[in-house]
Amino acid sequence: MRDAPHSVDASKGNTHAVVEAVWRIESAKLIAGIARMVQDIGVAEELAQDALVAALEQWPESGVPRKPGAWLMATAKHRAIDRLRRDKRFEQKHEELLRDLEIRQALSDPSLNDDVCDDCGDDLLRLIFMACHPVLTREARVALTLRLLGGLTTEEIARAFVVPLATIAQRIVRAKRTLAEARVPFEVPRGADRDARLHSVLEVIYLIFNEGYAATAGDDWMRPALCEDALRLGRILAGLVPKEPEVHGLVALMEIQASRMNARKGKSGEAVRLLDQDRGRWDYLLIRRGLAALNRAEELGGTLGPYALQAAIAACHARARIPEETDWERIVALYDALAELVPSPIVELNRAVAISMAFGAAAGLEMADALMDEPSLREYHLLPAVRADLLLKMGRLDEARDEFERAASLTKNARERDLLLRRASETGQRPATANGHAARSG
Amino acid sequence: MRFMVIVPANKDSEAGILPNPEQFAEMGKFNEEMAKAGILLAADGLQPSSKGARIKFSGTKRTVIDGPFTESKELVAGFWIIQTKSKEEAIEWIKRAPLFDGGVEIEIRQIFETSDFSEPVSEQMRKNEGLLGAKMAENARRSS
Repeated sequence: MRDAPHSVDASKGNTHAVVEAVWRIESAKLIAGIARMVQDIGVAEELAQDALVAALEQWPESGVPRKPGAWLMATAKHRAIDRLRRDKRFEQKHEELLRDLEIRQALSDPSLNDDVCDDCGDDLLRLIFMACHPVLTREARVALTLRLLGGLTTEEIARAFVVPLATIAQRIVRAKRTLAEARVPFEVPRGADRDARLHSVLEVIYLIFNEGYAATAGDDWMRPALCEDALRLGRILAGLVPKEPEVHGLVALMEIQASRMNARKGKSGEAVRLLDQDRGRWDYLLIRRGLAALNRAEELGGTLGPYALQAAIAACHARARIPEETDWERIVALYDALAELVPSPIVELNRAVAISMAFGAAAGLEMADALMDEPSLREYHLLPAVRADLLLKMGRLDEARDEFERAASLTKNARERDLLLRRASETGQRPATANGHAARSG
Repeated sequence: MRFMVIVPANKDSEAGILPNPEQFAEMGKFNEEMAKAGILLAADGLQPSSKGARIKFSGTKRTVIDGPFTESKELVAGFWIIQTKSKEEAIEWIKRAPLFDGGVEIEIRQIFETSDFSEPVSEQMRKNEGLLGAKMAENARRSS
């Protein structure tokens, strides 16, 4: 259109694939930039997609522009302005916008507007906060974040979460409507609100990661693509707010957990627990990245937050060449800190495991037993799974077998159920192993 | 999926001439862009081949040939490891890299994931990885 063709793809110039790739790279920035203009992420997404359609129509003829992102942004901004002109409701904003130097530039010569993006980091951050806004349900936040920030299609999200396409589509439509109705401003929260809002963002990213790491539904034990999406979002967020230690903490936690991905899946797809994993199959590139991110969190000072503490625990495992080298006493201390910061029965359960490793199975079992009356753990399969492990180590085989079976009946994950039933059937057939087993399976 | 992006050597890199400050800054900006997009996993530059060596294998014989090596086009000067959703996305990113000119060819190669192997190849690989991994674990432990 306005630009000399840039790329000649000797590899059978498949413009369609190029457009798709450019979309993957630019869509979040594009939607964020337009959302600042129109103050509505639903409208912004539509306009960004219009620009994408224009690219699909024009690029095969004109060639891919030299700055495809700038081309898409300029095209989308043009459409935004057209729309603002047409739309009475936006009249006032329209006036404001025409005063906007940036827009006048876009109008006069979009192709010169090279840096899509001097403050596009800010827009991106606004978009993340918006997609993770507490006015939305958790599920809606997750879907919207993957769609707007992760560049996933509705189909991809539906497949990742094993839910019908229509459910996700509806969830996204409703979420956009809710945000519009609540008149959520397109801005980065400040002051006291900021911490809570940032927490919501971190929570959404970690929910996505966990859905990939320990799928709650379906036959697959893990869905690595979802972990990659979450990691990518986390790394992007760390770039946007580099002074927030908890963001680095979350990134560290995800990098280190992701480093075990290959090792925690056995030959036939079954789960392999942390202490049984072949550590040679851990991904040391990700471990290195995780330890570096944890360092950054620690260097920023202050007391470590919940994600950084969990990352520090994961790091204790990552640093141990063999399970016997694990610094369990440090892990207990980190769980103590975590329990103080975010007391929860699940933290207590993990602390029980760490205590059993540091100070013996009996001490751990005592703690785990104390959790038996905890209502929130009644349906939680890892409580009986942990008790089973500890009972097994103490040679109380009948009780151990019952607990493995109870754990199997509680989990919704098919692979995990198989593992637990196998352990139940093995219990009593051989003497207890020397290895203990962490509550989290890796 | 992960890709290794391989940057070939040239006369300057082989002579140990580092990029000037502007070039450094420009490449730094590009790296930062990839890091901020969450796709850059690692990036490193290699010293000139004069500081390297080759080990030639024939039968049971091992011959060490010290650098430098002449055919600089076939030498590697640096690499990126990036993680993207598709090969096309990786290509789109690398097209944006600054500084390259004069017909230089940057190669993009997909890295094998363990899941790409079927048995029994993967069994052998896992064993090998086991040895390598234990060593790397030790290094990670020492350096942290």
